[in-house]
Amino acid sequence: MTQWRTHPAVVRAGIALIALALLALPFALAAAGTAWVRITNLAILFVFLSLGLNIVVGFAGLLDLGYIAFYAVGAYVYALLASPHFNIHWPFWAILPIGAAVAALFGVLIGAPTLKLRGDYLAIVTLGFGEIVRIFLNNLSHPVNITNGPQGIARIDPFRVGGVDFSKSDSFLGLTFSGPIKYYYLLLLVLLAVIFINVRLQDSRIGRAWEAVREDEVAARAMGIDTRNIKLLAFAMGASFGGIAGGMFSAIQGFISPESFVLVESIMVVSMVVLGGMGNIWGVILGAVLLSFVPEILRFTVEPVQMRVFGRMLIEPEVIRMLIFGFALVLVMAFRPGGLWPSAVRKRELAERRQ
Amino acid sequence: MIRSHFGVVAIAAMACVAGCGDDRKAQAPAKLTIGIGSVAPLTGGIAHLGKDNENGARLAVEEANAAKTRIDGKETTFELRAEDDQEDAKVGNTVAQKLVDAKVAGVVGHLNSGTSIPASNIYSGANIPMITGSATNPALTERGLKGIFRVVGRDDQQGPAMANYLVANAKPKVVAVIDDATAYGKGLANEVEKTLTAAGVKVLAREQGTNKTVDWKAVLTKLKGRLPDAVFYGGMDSTGGPLLKQGKELGIKAVFSFGDGACTDKMGEFAGSAADGLLCSQAGIPPQAASKKFLDAYKKRFNVEPILYSPFTYDAANLLIESMKRANSADPAKYLPVLQKIDFAGATGRISFDEKGDRKDAEMTIFTMKGGKLLPVAIIKGGKTVKYEDFIAQAAAPAADATKK
Amino acid sequence: MDIFIQQLINGLTLGAVYAVVALGYTMVYGIIQLINFAHGDVVMVGAMVAFSVIGALAPSGQPPLVIVLVATGCAVSACVLIGYAMERLAYRPLRGAPRLAPLITAIGVSIILQHLALMIWSRNPLAFPQIIKTQSYDIAGATVTNVQIAILSISVAIMAGLVALVYRTRLGTAMRATAQNPQVAGLMGIDANRVIAFTFVIGAALAAVAGVMVASYYGIAHYAMGSQLGLKAFCAAVLGGIGNIPGAMLGGVLLGLVEALGAGYIGDLTGNVFGSNYQDVFAFIVLIGVLVLRPSGLLGERVGDRA
Repeated sequence: MTQWRTHPAVVRAGIALIALALLALPFALAAAGTAWVRITNLAILFVFLSLGLNIVVGFAGLLDLGYIAFYAVGAYVYALLASPHFNIHWPFWAILPIGAAVAALFGVLIGAPTLKLRGDYLAIVTLGFGEIVRIFLNNLSHPVNITNGPQGIARIDPFRVGGVDFSKSDSFLGLTFSGPIKYYYLLLLVLLAVIFINVRLQDSRIGRAWEAVREDEVAARAMGIDTRNIKLLAFAMGASFGGIAGGMFSAIQGFISPESFVLVESIMVVSMVVLGGMGNIWGVILGAVLLSFVPEILRFTVEPVQMRVFGRMLIEPEVIRMLIFGFALVLVMAFRPGGLWPSAVRKRELAERRQ
Repeated sequence: MIRSHFGVVAIAAMACVAGCGDDRKAQAPAKLTIGIGSVAPLTGGIAHLGKDNENGARLAVEEANAAKTRIDGKETTFELRAEDDQEDAKVGNTVAQKLVDAKVAGVVGHLNSGTSIPASNIYSGANIPMITGSATNPALTERGLKGIFRVVGRDDQQGPAMANYLVANAKPKVVAVIDDATAYGKGLANEVEKTLTAAGVKVLAREQGTNKTVDWKAVLTKLKGRLPDAVFYGGMDSTGGPLLKQGKELGIKAVFSFGDGACTDKMGEFAGSAADGLLCSQAGIPPQAASKKFLDAYKKRFNVEPILYSPFTYDAANLLIESMKRANSADPAKYLPVLQKIDFAGATGRISFDEKGDRKDAEMTIFTMKGGKLLPVAIIKGGKTVKYEDFIAQAAAPAADATKK
Repeated sequence: MDIFIQQLINGLTLGAVYAVVALGYTMVYGIIQLINFAHGDVVMVGAMVAFSVIGALAPSGQPPLVIVLVATGCAVSACVLIGYAMERLAYRPLRGAPRLAPLITAIGVSIILQHLALMIWSRNPLAFPQIIKTQSYDIAGATVTNVQIAILSISVAIMAGLVALVYRTRLGTAMRATAQNPQVAGLMGIDANRVIAFTFVIGAALAAVAGVMVASYYGIAHYAMGSQLGLKAFCAAVLGGIGNIPGAMLGGVLLGLVEALGAGYIGDLTGNVFGSNYQDVFAFIVLIGVLVLRPSGLLGERVGDRA
């Protein structure tokens, strides 16, 4: 019955259609407003973060509430190596790997002492770690000025490839490529690579080892898995995605300060992973895209809708936006506790429990 | 609506959702609708100050509409587009882009320096003038961007003004400086510390809380042992109030002084009788002195008292409107040169800009609290301190002249 | 020395508040392994309701103590209702769901409570009416206010009452049984749903009292005040061993002391390289240190390891 869906020609046509849609997307968005391209870019960054966190939480089953720290580390590595702050201006392709590596190192640093901790104890320690990183970033302007403290770092270099500057508009083939649109295409490229790595990781020996640790650590060890290293690897891999996302965030924004890396952001990323369906790459992507867009769509619609229906503003748009967001979280979890698009394992578990 | 020829249905639907608000613009051609953006945090810890900022700009826009302003021969309606930047630089950039997309003619905001600085890049890149009524960090106008203005004094004007007043009047030997670890609080505290040290006053090691700290007891207890003659706190009223209350509870005898973020009547409410005698500074002249017209109109329109920066955002919006009127155009390319050279009598006094976009000769006011109310005691302008009564007497004369013309 | 005593008093008062809030976290966690992130916001609602009631009754000329008691009563009733509704509507449908699902629900509930409060009580920080006059007493050179004494004694009374409830009553036995094994407890004739609802209700009542204490101590209430306090109290609960009632008390008091002494002394100990700006870092490092040495908190027992 479902044979036509797996027919190669249909699959190919489907992929081509999706690819075409993704390529055309920024221009359609730009017609509605460049703000939407920026929002999309931020959404893609959150997809990176969610996929990175999914390795730690979804694959390896380690609840991390301080994940944003790795994002911060990546962002600051980029900002320090490509801004007038130290007057260093390295190219982005040199810095991004450094950012990923430093973030991975931080991942191991937080992972190593906490290997023994389980469940919610791990959650609070990672939360504390995230806050510690942020407080240090906020305070390392004294006695030596490294991070410029709460003032943040401004005038961070945009990406440059050859003569193309990603912060400026260019015309090409009669189309205008604004800065955000160029970043979109770059992000799309990285996104494909990130998804590819994640899919391959999940089906690899490492991926299965993570799953084994998640399901039963003692049994996993009995099967000959080095649980210590495999957990550290999860932290390091997850963190490196955060580091890359942070570097790109730095370049796109041109300004970062510790305010962008608060606890709420960590919680947001966890929400994306869980709401989408943790452990399932496509579910996590869905979660990240939805949670990035819903508040923004509400920002654009709440006011006109109220004006049209009631003729005046009954509830302020900001408040109603947050209320709808809160109710959405509660309702989705009430009706789909495994997330919107749960992984196969979760689905099975939920079905078992219902029996 | 979609320029691109790859019309994918799903995307079209999305774009429609976004574009829905725009169709009311296409109305009768003889009328002109000019959008003015207003950005401030409307949710979160300092949302009350954000709303105050928005109200100031809204009042100016509504007055201009009521006055049936005509630009380019057309009947003009100004439309305020208020946005919430949540004190977050990332959100700030998104809403800045949203305002650019909506082709607003100018922007009043943002409230915080932390969001104003990154957003100013976007406005400047799109040639849209921005006037902040509250972001006091010097870096905002120090980067050579075009069309970025502020009608409020800078931290490096306010800090020295407060510190010098403190030195001249309280004559402290030892001062403790505290801040809330934000760009604003720390920046201002640094300026105060610099001036105090230069004046030969001993400044204790910096203490910090956060912009959510309400328990200052540990820090204050430590300071109590060092016997400071004065305490300066760089931060907002919601944290400064508890700080003052707890300082007095612990029996610290020092003079407490604050920057503009904590220079509100709320301080009296939070700290009760402990607030009497505090000193604080505001960047600009006090609202109650500047324009009774503004105060009355604000109270009548919003049923609350102005809190802090609304006179400045009111002026900022009026500056945009006034320079559009004078240039007879809402095109930034035409009215920006007018704005740069404007000389305008606003609710906060006379306003003109230097080449960086900062307000020329921005006044600073020092207040003290008596019986739960802030009373202005001195105005500082160009490094000179004038008693408040003398300043009012001086200001009354030229103002009377101006009305005769 | 008097400075040190003063810091101890500061830390104890703060710690007592943390402990009362931490009890709410730990009781709920102990029974259904849920981190109820919205608990801090229940504290906020308690403070806000008390704010309104005091504001309304203050002109009536009743004795201040009566007004405060009535206000606390109203706050407790409101929070109990919220606690019950929260459990019944948001969390009960999620029994048996994956571990992290209720966590997201809790975040959602927290956002909802905050913004409903914003609509009712505005976004302004509110000056909490100080109708009982603050009086200071001198003890060995340190200052103690009557509010601090009240907070300390009420907290001790609450903790003693709670211990008696959990370890001396039938209901307490049912709670402990449900915590250990809900299925078996069910077989023994215990209505697990009722016991869980009751746990939420007690936690919410404690939160209301904590809200009134915090707001009168600092003289300020704000719709977002719950998140910071809740986070600290949650840390305190984990420090003591989450799920363990004496642990929450110990954790709360310890965290309060660590914060006060940290802010008071790290600056001098490190030559002002690390000042009070690292106050929270210090608290978190102590927390992490304790957990690395004792992975289940100070008084905790081993817990499951599934995220």
